[in-house]
Amino acid sequence: MMESFAEINWRLFAIVTLNGLTLASLYFIVASGFSLIFGLMRVVNMAHGSLYLLGAYVGFEVTEATESWLLGILAAGVVVAAAGAALQVSILSWMQGQDLRQALATIGVSIVAADLMLAHWGGSAYQITLPTAMSSFVPVPVAGRYAMARLMLIGFALLIGVGLWLMLNRTRLGMVIRAGVDDRRMLEATGVNVPLVFVGVFAIGASLAGMAGVIGGTVLSVSPGEDARYLLSSLIVVIVGGMGSIPGAAIGALLVAMAETYGLAYTPTYGIVYTFAIMVAVLAVRPQGLLGRSA
Amino acid sequence: MRLIIPLAVVALVLVYPFVVNSFWLVQIGGRTLGFGTIVLSLVFLTAYTGMLSLAQMTVAGIGGYATAYFTAPTGGVGVLLPWPLALVLALGLATLAGLLIGLVAVRTRGIYTLMITLAVAMAFYYLTLQNYDIFNGFTGFNNADPPVVLGLDLGAPLPFFYLSAILAALCYAGVRHVVRTPFGLALQALRDEPDRVRALGYNVPLLRVLAFGLAGFIAGIGGILNLWLNASISPGSVALNPVIDVLMAGVLGGIGHPAGAYVGAFVFTVVDNFAIDFIARERFNTLIGLIFLAIVLFSPDGLTGLVRRVSTRWARAGRRDKGATRKTKDIGK
Repeated sequence: MMESFAEINWRLFAIVTLNGLTLASLYFIVASGFSLIFGLMRVVNMAHGSLYLLGAYVGFEVTEATESWLLGILAAGVVVAAAGAALQVSILSWMQGQDLRQALATIGVSIVAADLMLAHWGGSAYQITLPTAMSSFVPVPVAGRYAMARLMLIGFALLIGVGLWLMLNRTRLGMVIRAGVDDRRMLEATGVNVPLVFVGVFAIGASLAGMAGVIGGTVLSVSPGEDARYLLSSLIVVIVGGMGSIPGAAIGALLVAMAETYGLAYTPTYGIVYTFAIMVAVLAVRPQGLLGRSA
Repeated sequence: MRLIIPLAVVALVLVYPFVVNSFWLVQIGGRTLGFGTIVLSLVFLTAYTGMLSLAQMTVAGIGGYATAYFTAPTGGVGVLLPWPLALVLALGLATLAGLLIGLVAVRTRGIYTLMITLAVAMAFYYLTLQNYDIFNGFTGFNNADPPVVLGLDLGAPLPFFYLSAILAALCYAGVRHVVRTPFGLALQALRDEPDRVRALGYNVPLLRVLAFGLAGFIAGIGGILNLWLNASISPGSVALNPVIDVLMAGVLGGIGHPAGAYVGAFVFTVVDNFAIDFIARERFNTLIGLIFLAIVLFSPDGLTGLVRRVSTRWARAGRRDKGATRKTKDIGK
């Protein structure tokens, strides 16, 4: 009797851990885009959650129309990248360097975007359907079996993490971005078209949010209010991990998602308190975040 | 000359209840004063200490929740206390919350303060939603009415309006007074030259935390008025939208001057109530979002800044010899 009790607990623990990893993957993809944009442009994009939600809705529509999940996520990536680029060109580039004013402007954009999306897609929740090959369960040690789609999400996050690292450290664009983070004016002086790089980086960061929206809409669901949720998670992840650092976003996402998942599983009515406690603890010891550089 | 505008405002507030119907009295007038007091706490922080906090609605919510917890227990949650004690506790808790949020945000500046206070605000929202022991979860608290004092029902439209007006006036006067005290002057010096203030021997973190505490007290008063106006409080009262509404009203009115708080709250409340007449039903957020965006893009010091600039230009056109105009403060800088 005792044995089976312990066994059930371990199984629950393993499933909760896997759920935490899934959530961490999702948080990482959203927050890495947020952090990338901040790192180069010092823009706190308060509309990042709206980009996530837009991606989710676009992915839903395209998947429904073409019955191809892959086309859905590609379309979401492209459409949201365009939306991000448009945001940078039409509003943010006017006030480059005034970070507080840019944050306020993106708050305005997020309010309007949330309302227009509510008008178009209504208040109900959607689920993006997966190809049948992916919507199966696979055996996993201890946990028993686990959804294939969620395991693929973890793999996808790893892929994006490695991809971003390679782009930043092994390509010319990455070199330009890193140079821009360190000294924007010097980079301009060497003849690089910095405003164009800004638009490009904003588009990449936005498309990460958009693709995350499709993934989130597949393994969880899409509904109004998700924009606020993922904006909050991105904020806490980068505050914990360090603004502008991609490895920091990974560590932050892991910490925040694990705290949230274990908290909700074991002490349901105080789940959010742990996330908050982590943030306060990090701020008290390292105000710039775990891997952040001091300003 | 300097007394004309304040006297006109006082006269307007005194006469207002007798020229409007009860909807304008409570839903526009009362709401402007209660909500405006919450906005005032934000404007105080931003204008005089340079810290833009998004947690002021949260602090107001803590004041409101505490009042409801101690005066209107709902669904078995809450402890009934005499109202004076409940109000003292509520204001104390709001001030404490302000101090604690200040403690969390004290080492950050500018954009980081904004992010961290937003994270605090959202964490509190999810806590109220998840927690049933203290916050009664999704339902929150109902039937929280103002007390009846010496036979006068403060919940009736006219007394409630005057109560709101008196409290708002006290908060406004308090802010105007505090910024002229050594404490207030130190805060403004801190806003402009933190390193120099530190070199002069001031305890910079302490000053900042105290400013947050004072802002928490003011927001607590606004929160209690807001609770009484709605007679209920729930997680929806401290969700992202109301949190952002405070910021929007502040920026609309002009975040550089305390009067901007009430101007912004008034404009916001009017648009909120009459958006249905201008634009399709339920699209209030699109309208107010676009107005907000336009203000941020074209007049960062808000409507009061706009009026000030137009009037200085007008005055300058009258007498060109007195050319020196005050620079309007750009909140984005």
